[in-house]
Amino acid sequence: MTVTLFVPCFMDAVYPAAAMGMVTVLERLGHRIDFPEELACCGQPPFNAGHWAEAREMARPVLKRLAGAEVVVIGSGSCGAMLKVFYRELFAGEPEEAMAAEVAGKVWEFSSFLVDRLGVTDVGARFARRVTFHDGCHGLRELKIKSAPRVLLGNVRDLELVEMTEAVETCCGFGGTFATKHAAVSTAMGEVKCAAAVASGAEVVVSNDASCLMHLRGLLVRQGVPLQTLHLAEVLVQS
Amino acid sequence: MSATPAGTFREESGRVAGDLQHRRRIAAAMGKYETARGPRQGAFLSWELGRQALADTKWEAVNRLDEHLERFEKEATARGTQVHWCRDAAEARDAIVGIIQRVGARRIVKSKVMTSEEIHLNSLLESLGFSVVESDLGEYIQQLKDEPPYHFVFPCMHLSREEISGLFHDKLGTAEEHDPEALTMIARRVLREKYVEADIGITGANFVVAETGMISITENEGNARLTAALPRVMISLVGIEKVVPRLGDLALFLPMLATAGTGQPLTCYNTFYGGPRQPGEADGPEEWHVILLDNHRTELLADPEQRDALHCIRCGACLNVCPVFRAIGGLSYGTTYQGPVGSVITPHLRGLQDWKHLSGASSLCGACTDTCPVKIDLHHHLLHNRRNAARERGGVERWVWKAFSFVMRRPFLYRMGMRVARWGRPLHAALLEGGVLDPVRAWTMSRELPELAEETFRERWKRRGGG
Repeated sequence: MTVTLFVPCFMDAVYPAAAMGMVTVLERLGHRIDFPEELACCGQPPFNAGHWAEAREMARPVLKRLAGAEVVVIGSGSCGAMLKVFYRELFAGEPEEAMAAEVAGKVWEFSSFLVDRLGVTDVGARFARRVTFHDGCHGLRELKIKSAPRVLLGNVRDLELVEMTEAVETCCGFGGTFATKHAAVSTAMGEVKCAAAVASGAEVVVSNDASCLMHLRGLLVRQGVPLQTLHLAEVLVQS
Repeated sequence: MSATPAGTFREESGRVAGDLQHRRRIAAAMGKYETARGPRQGAFLSWELGRQALADTKWEAVNRLDEHLERFEKEATARGTQVHWCRDAAEARDAIVGIIQRVGARRIVKSKVMTSEEIHLNSLLESLGFSVVESDLGEYIQQLKDEPPYHFVFPCMHLSREEISGLFHDKLGTAEEHDPEALTMIARRVLREKYVEADIGITGANFVVAETGMISITENEGNARLTAALPRVMISLVGIEKVVPRLGDLALFLPMLATAGTGQPLTCYNTFYGGPRQPGEADGPEEWHVILLDNHRTELLADPEQRDALHCIRCGACLNVCPVFRAIGGLSYGTTYQGPVGSVITPHLRGLQDWKHLSGASSLCGACTDTCPVKIDLHHHLLHNRRNAARERGGVERWVWKAFSFVMRRPFLYRMGMRVARWGRPLHAALLEGGVLDPVRAWTMSRELPELAEETFRERWKRRGGG
């Protein structure tokens, strides 16, 4: 099948290895990758800030390009939720309303695409580290993704998956512009999450949301904590 | 202190977010709550179906609010209760002061009434020379401390035993005492006298039952029962959204409210009040007045998108699970209702432009919506408030987003932006990072900037020759 990959700006600039990891995994499974490089942003930043007219302006070309896709895969639950859940609200009563509903049906977050759509639970990876998983809130609560990434990690050879016992399912504090508009609050939330990840005894925090990883890494490096952050796709290409 | 609610919020939330003692204390308290609540939710046949049933009942109640309230009035007045309809805070204050003055009362005892915080009743009554005493232990402590409630279910959860002991010592002259039970006994001794002396008891209500003309109060200390039963006049101040159609509805509301709010199977005391003392009855107030308070609730009712915010049963569950509340504490909000539900409804109750910052102060994680026992779409309403505020007043930010949109939709400009970021980054690191001129100081004060890869994904893709 032809998989259209949506790679948002921060994955492009900061996590190209994760995006490349998605390409590798999907190509190994025999799928062809279609990458519309002109789509750099789904419009979530202005949408979350309340500026929906500007968000629509950004979302329109995304919607039109993806309408022709077979399936759309995204390596970030946050952008995934924007396309799958919030576009429908953003375009309610607009000419693109039907198109938004159609695209919503085609959009998949990476781990959920593998497990729930393709039925792939083992991609043949090997990674001898102790790993904990951070659920990005949009993936967890808007897209209801909880088990897919864990199933995939569970089948990685030599990988030990340990769950956090504190701040379980708690936000990392990123929240887009919230992280700078309310920096102290965002930092406090992130510190709680980092402490939980450290307490889990893991060597690596893995997430299916690159934006959370960006925040957690920023805090962990500043704190001098030797806890690595990796995107799920980066783990799934290890051998 | 800053003059605007937004400025005060910024200062206070920032200060408390960095207070590690506060963070530990609230985390410990909420940890106990979670431990208690988990198994209790499991005791329901289906907590999820229960949530849907409560939401459906509230939907029915709120969408026919007028009919249910009139039914309540009819049933309540039939047993001698006097019902007052108050459009806003001023009307409610006038109604209450009118009753107090008419019966010549001096001393007032109150159980927990969040709506009275909403209309600033205590300060008004005190300024008129009345003595007002809070009888809920947490509220009493906050009253002694001259501080509003920290959390609308746990008013003084931010205080340690030592702090409460010190407060009692200073205000009541009691010996330092760190045993919780002994502290409770001190308050009990003081409060028992107040009940006996009071001419008026003011209560709130957890539910207003249309079918029977009753109100329902749930509590753990028995103070509301004494507040209602001992003084000769009882006043109940309730928001109009508290109505439920049938008495039978409470069979599910009462246990779910207790479990969601405190992790209890039921609160210790659940009382229905059906009217003043009837002929031949030995006790109860001679007069009972129910003040039905609108205070902008009908404006929320007129908004079909956010009408479900009127479902709120004030259980406090959304505060308990909210990582923002845990970080900034209840007092930072500067509102009667703290936490997610407060951030949703306060802009409606007190003005969107003045209170929109609360809707901005959220990562939109959605833990609140997931936990809400009446299924209010809380975190999406924060988005709706943001949209409504920006639509009304876009400000400079609109132009920032217009520019952002302009660049992001043009691959050439986007690529150029990426290059500028990559070239500029070492300069930024060398010259500006962490300093007062750092344009991303809000991030870099506490966090390292993300490392830009040497090659973007788009560059790699191109180098590889596509798919």
